[in-house]
Amino acid sequence: MSSVNELYQQLILDHNKNPRNCRHMDHPTKIAEGYNPLCGDHFTVFLEMDGDTIKDVSFQGAGCAISKASASMMTTAVKGVKKAEAEDLFQKFHTLVTRGMKSAVEDDIEELGCLGALAGVSEFPARIKCASLAWHALHGALASEDSKVVTTEE
Amino acid sequence: MRSASTDKEAQGGTGHTLDVEALRADFPILHQRVHGKPLVYFDNAATTQKPQAVIDTLVKYYREQNANIHRGVHYLSELATYEYEKTRGKIKLFLNAADTREIIFVRGTTEGINLVKDSFGRKFIGAGDEIVISAMEHHSNIVPWQLLCEEKGCILRVVPINDRGELDVEAYEALVNEKTKLVSMVYISNSLGTINPIKRIIAFAHARGVPVLVDGAQATSHLTVDVRNLDCDFFVMSGHKVFGPTGIGVLYGKMHLLESMPPYQAGGDMIRSVTFEKTTFNELPYKFEAGTPNVADVIALGTALDYVQKVGLSAIGDHENNLLRYATKKIGSLEGVRLIGTAAEKASVLSFVLDTVHAHDVGTILDQEGVAIRTGHHCTQPVMARFGVPATARASFAFYNTIAEIDVLTEGIKKVQEVFQA
Ligand SMILES: Cc1ncc(COP(=O)(O)O)c(C=O)c1O
Repeated sequence: MSSVNELYQQLILDHNKNPRNCRHMDHPTKIAEGYNPLCGDHFTVFLEMDGDTIKDVSFQGAGCAISKASASMMTTAVKGVKKAEAEDLFQKFHTLVTRGMKSAVEDDIEELGCLGALAGVSEFPARIKCASLAWHALHGALASEDSKVVTTEE
Repeated sequence: MRSASTDKEAQGGTGHTLDVEALRADFPILHQRVHGKPLVYFDNAATTQKPQAVIDTLVKYYREQNANIHRGVHYLSELATYEYEKTRGKIKLFLNAADTREIIFVRGTTEGINLVKDSFGRKFIGAGDEIVISAMEHHSNIVPWQLLCEEKGCILRVVPINDRGELDVEAYEALVNEKTKLVSMVYISNSLGTINPIKRIIAFAHARGVPVLVDGAQATSHLTVDVRNLDCDFFVMSGHKVFGPTGIGVLYGKMHLLESMPPYQAGGDMIRSVTFEKTTFNELPYKFEAGTPNVADVIALGTALDYVQKVGLSAIGDHENNLLRYATKKIGSLEGVRLIGTAAEKASVLSFVLDTVHAHDVGTILDQEGVAIRTGHHCTQPVMARFGVPATARASFAFYNTIAEIDVLTEGIKKVQEVFQA
């Protein structure tokens, strides 16, 4: 498979075209915005918490296929999980998109599930920020009491 | 597209056609493969490539001529000073300025605008005064004025553009009034390619006593600039956009204005005498060139301008017009593609969006085909907002580009649509 087809896998194209949990949440417990000033990609992540558990998660915004598919896949991956598990998943996901599938251990690959489809991003350094934008917003929302804007320019 | 008649008039119309293959041989960087494909460099509005002559000048300077200027009596210092000042003369001729003292070396367009803002703006623009810009400005011709407005309480007025990306000249004429203290306007838009009727804009402002700054960043590589014919008060340009090095640019200003303006930065070279009680400033242009300047890049910029003039801006304009016409037809007729910026008077910039694919995904896939384009907002976020798009893909052509390369781009866009099943 060429690296372009590796990047734009069927699963990613599908999440881009039909994003899951792409809706406004009227009464979120937490909310954060992810913004990439370089390309203007912009997402809002909404969380409904039940104690330490992410009871519901949704997102809204605009961006490229990679950022949108990643946001969509993230929501399916973290719905129903505990805050600490979501943070742990973010770390594993971050390693995956920066260092590629080869770097991940088998257990992690299993845990990442469909998120593994984004491993191809590691071949495209300029696009890593696209893949991690929604996750940064999630992280920001989980970490804070108030809503905030998170940028990928760290 | 530029009308041939005005172009010919402006250029003196030599009418000779370019030997593009021969010219390409002058640009070593063009002859490489990217991701296994021949490089197609279509990001010339961001920066242009450098001919071997420019690279040679830089090497020669550091190998044979390097010294600090204006301050040594030794051979090398005199040589470097001579080369540096000789280039000022070349630039005076390139822009057709009246006097070399009107040519100030700066880092680029951005610094040139900031110099005018800090020096002219702070002195002559105050509370309630107005500055007129357009809706197609680069951020570097928006943000400095916003800072001045914050500092001084002056007001920024923005001339709208129409759906083709052309300046609304009537709206402009309605905006200029007795409160207007400066018009600062782009000559050629980097994101839309629009060539503004800058001479008319200047004449109108002058009739009301308002000076005009022209952002010429995109102009110098596409058409002959004649600051005296335009009668602009300030003109700013970047060396790297006209086949010269990065880190060097020019501010042209009319002598009487520059003389009335306070220094921009302070330090060595810009003073005549310093005591702890009183410092007197050096004469033009040194008043605005504090510190050791970018000597090597100044001299290499001179080489770049020699090169462009040898190729001929008239022939360059003709060739780029052909490229633009061909690309507009080929890419504009692809299904699912919308062109952004379709002005009647246009330089060789083609911005477009795909109905269902984000510009960044377009850019990534084209890059894999060896095609370098720019994707994003091009430092013109208000233009993106005006057209209701988050970003565009932009192919911008220089004289060393070819019809065959546009075919590669066209096939690349089809490939993008294939990947996305668009
Ligand atoms: C129209 C325009 N103005 C200003 C600039 C800023 O030029 P520089 O970054 O060289 O200072 C650019 C470059 O992108 C431009 O295209």
